[in-house]
Amino acid sequence: MSQHDGERASKELLAGCMDDAQADGQTACGARHYDWQAIRARLSAASGREYWRSFEQLADTAAFQDYLRHEFPRQAGEWMDAVGRRHFLKLMAASLGLAGSMGCLRQPDEKIVPYVRQPEEVVPGKPLYFATAMTLGGYATGTLVESQLGRPTKIEGNPDHPASLGATDAFTQAAVLSLYDPDRSQTVMHRERIDTWSSFLSALAAELPALKSRQGRGLRILTETVTSPTLADQLRALLEAMPEARWHQYEPCGRDNVRAGAKLAFGEYVDTIYRFDRADVVVSLDADFLWGMPGSVRYARDFVDRRRVAGGDARMNRLFVFESTPGLAGAIADHRLPIQPSEVKPLARALAGRLGVEAAGSDMPANVSQKLLEAVVSDLKAHRGASIVIAGDGQPPLVHALAHAINGQLDNVGKTIEYVEPAEARPEDHAASIKALVDDMAAGEVDLLVILEGNPAYNTPASLGFAKHLVNKRVKLAVHLSQHYDETSFLCHWHIPAAHFLESWGDARAFDGTASIVQPLIAPLYGGRTAHELMSVLLGEADQATFETLQKYWRKQIGEDDFGRFWRKAVHDGVVPETKAPARNVELSFDGRTPQAEEQIFAGGGLEIVFTPDPTVWDGRFANNGWLQELAKPLTKLTWDNAVYISPRLAEDEQLANGDMVELTVAERKLDVPVWIVPGQADGVISLSLGYGRSRAGRVGTGVGFDAYAIRPTHAAWFAKGVELKKTGRRYQLVVTQDHHSMQGRDVVQFGTLDDFQRDPNFLLADHPSKSREDSHRPFDLPSLYPDEKGSFPERKETDNAWGMVIDQTACIGCNACVIACQAENNTPIVGKEQVSRGREMQWLRIDRYYVGDIDNPDTYFQPMLCVQCENAPCELVCPVGATVHSSEGLNQMVYNRCVGTRYCSNNCPYKVRRFNFLNYEAFLHYDTEPQLAMLRNPDVTVRSRGVMEKCSFCVQRIQEAKIEAHKVNRPIADGEVLTACQQACPTRAIVFGNLNDPDSEVARLKKSPLNYGVLAELNTRPRTTHLARLRNPHPDLAAHQTGDTPSLDPRDQKIDKWLKDLEGGET
Amino acid sequence: MPQVFHPSMNTFSKATIFGALFVLIALAFVADRVERSPYVTEVDVFREQPVPFSHEHHVSGLGIDCRYCHTTVETSAFAGLPATEVCMSCHSQIWKDSPMLEPVRESFRTGKPLRWTRVHDLPDFVYFNHSIHIAKGIGCESCHGRVDQMPLMRRAASLQMAWCLDCHEKPEGAIRPKRDVFRFGPEARPVSHEDALRLMKDHGVETEQLLDCWTCHR
Repeated sequence: MSQHDGERASKELLAGCMDDAQADGQTACGARHYDWQAIRARLSAASGREYWRSFEQLADTAAFQDYLRHEFPRQAGEWMDAVGRRHFLKLMAASLGLAGSMGCLRQPDEKIVPYVRQPEEVVPGKPLYFATAMTLGGYATGTLVESQLGRPTKIEGNPDHPASLGATDAFTQAAVLSLYDPDRSQTVMHRERIDTWSSFLSALAAELPALKSRQGRGLRILTETVTSPTLADQLRALLEAMPEARWHQYEPCGRDNVRAGAKLAFGEYVDTIYRFDRADVVVSLDADFLWGMPGSVRYARDFVDRRRVAGGDARMNRLFVFESTPGLAGAIADHRLPIQPSEVKPLARALAGRLGVEAAGSDMPANVSQKLLEAVVSDLKAHRGASIVIAGDGQPPLVHALAHAINGQLDNVGKTIEYVEPAEARPEDHAASIKALVDDMAAGEVDLLVILEGNPAYNTPASLGFAKHLVNKRVKLAVHLSQHYDETSFLCHWHIPAAHFLESWGDARAFDGTASIVQPLIAPLYGGRTAHELMSVLLGEADQATFETLQKYWRKQIGEDDFGRFWRKAVHDGVVPETKAPARNVELSFDGRTPQAEEQIFAGGGLEIVFTPDPTVWDGRFANNGWLQELAKPLTKLTWDNAVYISPRLAEDEQLANGDMVELTVAERKLDVPVWIVPGQADGVISLSLGYGRSRAGRVGTGVGFDAYAIRPTHAAWFAKGVELKKTGRRYQLVVTQDHHSMQGRDVVQFGTLDDFQRDPNFLLADHPSKSREDSHRPFDLPSLYPDEKGSFPERKETDNAWGMVIDQTACIGCNACVIACQAENNTPIVGKEQVSRGREMQWLRIDRYYVGDIDNPDTYFQPMLCVQCENAPCELVCPVGATVHSSEGLNQMVYNRCVGTRYCSNNCPYKVRRFNFLNYEAFLHYDTEPQLAMLRNPDVTVRSRGVMEKCSFCVQRIQEAKIEAHKVNRPIADGEVLTACQQACPTRAIVFGNLNDPDSEVARLKKSPLNYGVLAELNTRPRTTHLARLRNPHPDLAAHQTGDTPSLDPRDQKIDKWLKDLEGGET
Repeated sequence: MPQVFHPSMNTFSKATIFGALFVLIALAFVADRVERSPYVTEVDVFREQPVPFSHEHHVSGLGIDCRYCHTTVETSAFAGLPATEVCMSCHSQIWKDSPMLEPVRESFRTGKPLRWTRVHDLPDFVYFNHSIHIAKGIGCESCHGRVDQMPLMRRAASLQMAWCLDCHEKPEGAIRPKRDVFRFGPEARPVSHEDALRLMKDHGVETEQLLDCWTCHR
């Protein structure tokens, strides 16, 4: 019954999977081996339009059939908890008896507590919004944070901020959960004992005079990437006062290669800003610019804005992606080629050479066809000044330098590429910086080490030995400021709890240098301190609050005269005006030679491994955030774990199945980790995401996944060659959601090419002659399954508002921001790995990922799927208690207090978008006993209990709020006045919501698009949420090669031909 | 075999069967009455409050407008409860030594808020919005009763869903001119049914949406 039992059951389930003997035939563990021959044969026989979701589907395993036939997999309804049937019946009898005698009594008395002095502007029931900024990897994204009577509850993007433009990524959406995380450190710790701030101050005061007399020799500060102007100023002041002190920086998912690439190309550090809003052709050399780069939220908007197809004369940009492991850019690409990371260098050289960069040389990558290369080159040449070649953060400096050279050669600089002053306070090589620190620690030259956030004991490569040297007693005093009592805190003498960014003052720069003031929305919940405070202590200004430090710095910059007005405006707007980094004129001074240090990266052969930041926990800092842990990774749909991704070919060769444990050996370091077979993964490369396997993350993140830092090399931290992979024979349960909520055999995803569209905007109708796109609500002239008394459908009632939504699949990049935004807005609980394995995840919005084409390089299609608010909703007809009924404005209402939990509705839902509270998920990990988490709740949405069905409500609380405001003055609701949470978070504006009865609304306009179609509209459900078909823009030469022949079971030497065929595999 | 049961058992068993039915019906009836009785709905039940505040005195006696204390009733879902400071705006001058007002003065002195007991308390899954009711011409009196005649605050209506729906089905029973929203007594209500319908039109009341579940539950 209790969560505790659930946890135990989960462990047993896990143990069952680990046990070889039991693994076979268990749906939860997946099938052991796929018949690869059969899968390939089946795909090659398929027409271009057939899409698939997983190998389970292709192999048509029993597990997949189970997902398909049932709204939840079969075992979901079964009693699997430790409580036996008899005991259960006893408990039920007792609870019925008690409920009967207690149920109808009156409500308990509630207290109501007014203010003593009402603060200005606070109106109970009306949230306030404050501008602030969140940093990731040092770079800021501007946010507007909702405050409900002083509690931050929801984070939105700041439309005035250049890195946000009103949108956010999934990390920013989830940050508010981290604020209330009950596992955050709540007290100063000294050698594992609770201590106080004042005794820390006196301990430090005892050390400081000696340090000062030595000019600071022995004092080391370790930070993550610093863009904060104020913190940089404090560090500078400290280094001036104590010239022998040292400041080190280390960012585990940092940009060493990007910096070094700029230095190699130009001889100095500059930041590159990409203007995707001006680019018609983009070539990505292993760069996933839509996610995880500084500014990628902005980049995604700019990039997609040039792909939106408005009318018949539509134009789209074209994206070529060469990548080793499937990423978001590869999924949206017009042409994608899986390629080993070491092949990117010869590819970049070949590209540069053909474009006339003299220093490039004449390398030729083995796996890239001449034809493809020609296509890329011709496109780039045809779009001089309107193209971008971008190198991935993980690629070595040489590739970055080559990309700079190519962009220079193509006249892109000043047009699509801007070089500016670095946003970082002190650009330097982080790997060298941390190495120098560790060397000094080993040599006993560090007396006082102050670590300002970050978790180096965990997230430095294990071979560096940071943790070992931290405890070797030669470091006399180590102080760690962090939000959790984590791996590093545990090894330091002092731990100081850090304030969350929603609790503290500060400042930070965005990717383009624009500074933002970070303002607190709430006093520190656990007495957290900021890095500024700690720096003030070191500077001998222990009483100086962060706010004063911050004001002092900006007063220096702005001057006394106008400071008051400047400050109010900067804090209010969330952007400090005129702080965008100045442009830099740079001269290419690159001779084309591979630097000495890089030679050894490329040397040798064998299997390659790529390390990636994790799409849900990043470098491990979000490991204790349940929303992110439970979020399905965009391409693999894996939750609550990481795994080493391998290509289907490698799986076939090594006889590996999903969930098989393998032993990886990288430079003599070993790690046992389960495998996951990823369609589109390059051959000869495996990839592993960082951020898992934390030992002191908190109750959510501790012990989840596998620690990739254990085998990460110290030099060339992003990839390594010569990896050994050995099957261990053990199994591990990986939980993926990709087969959950399957809708197979239906025309769910529709797509085509720009060319199809330009020839005939109504090309989609060719396949569906019965369809008329005049009105997407009645796309079919079919007899109805659910007629009214007169045998026909009631016309849509003409009320003021008829809410509807359009989701543009061409614009969707699958970044998951909407999923977390929905979860944050609607008080949706997390359920844990064991419950997800039974298909019980609760997110109202999911992003389905479909593949088209063969398994080695399929086309990827993302489809956000949520309750489509059918006008003829199948769920409504089967509810015996009328708990789901239609509203006058076309909403399919779910009434929690009427629901008795029959689950008939979700059984009857063809979209599989209804979610059932099988357990009291609010009590997950005993979170219901933590008062902090109650503060997180959106007060406008009911918190659901066990036994209740729930689903997307079109954010009805936001509709009601807008409606009430409009009705008070009897005006209509303006277009764009109601934004759903998913719509507001979406970086690419793929989701549009509004009033269908207003012909001028954007949603009504999009519904008229010939690309508009209702998913499963053939069932006559008349969905209010429709999708726009995905368009791609392949290069004509590559598309023209299309033959329609079925690809044979290709031997490896025919790889190039296969790639070309694959390119066209998805086309009609 | 002799007869086991005496013939009178026939009557007895009939009486038992019908009696049981009767008892069940009676029980259901009683349960229904109890559910609607003040015992459950707490209509007309006074609650202990830190200060025996008299609405009668302040509203009828002194003629203070509702909005003087319930400041956000026109703008927000929540009508607003006066901060201690609001009480003290008068009571620092008048009745400043009254022992009854000591909790108020103490709150003002110490900064610790007063803790009142809620009289009108809806279940947490109901989202009632004061401002829209005020804007559409539903008077305070319609739900809260003759507050101007209540020396101590009590509930005037059951606040049960059936009671809400009575009005959401036929708002004309409660609607009044906007100038009368904060007034009490018979003269504040529209006189005729026609007047009420005209007001509905003037205020833009759309009855259709008033019965949507998500109007109040979400």
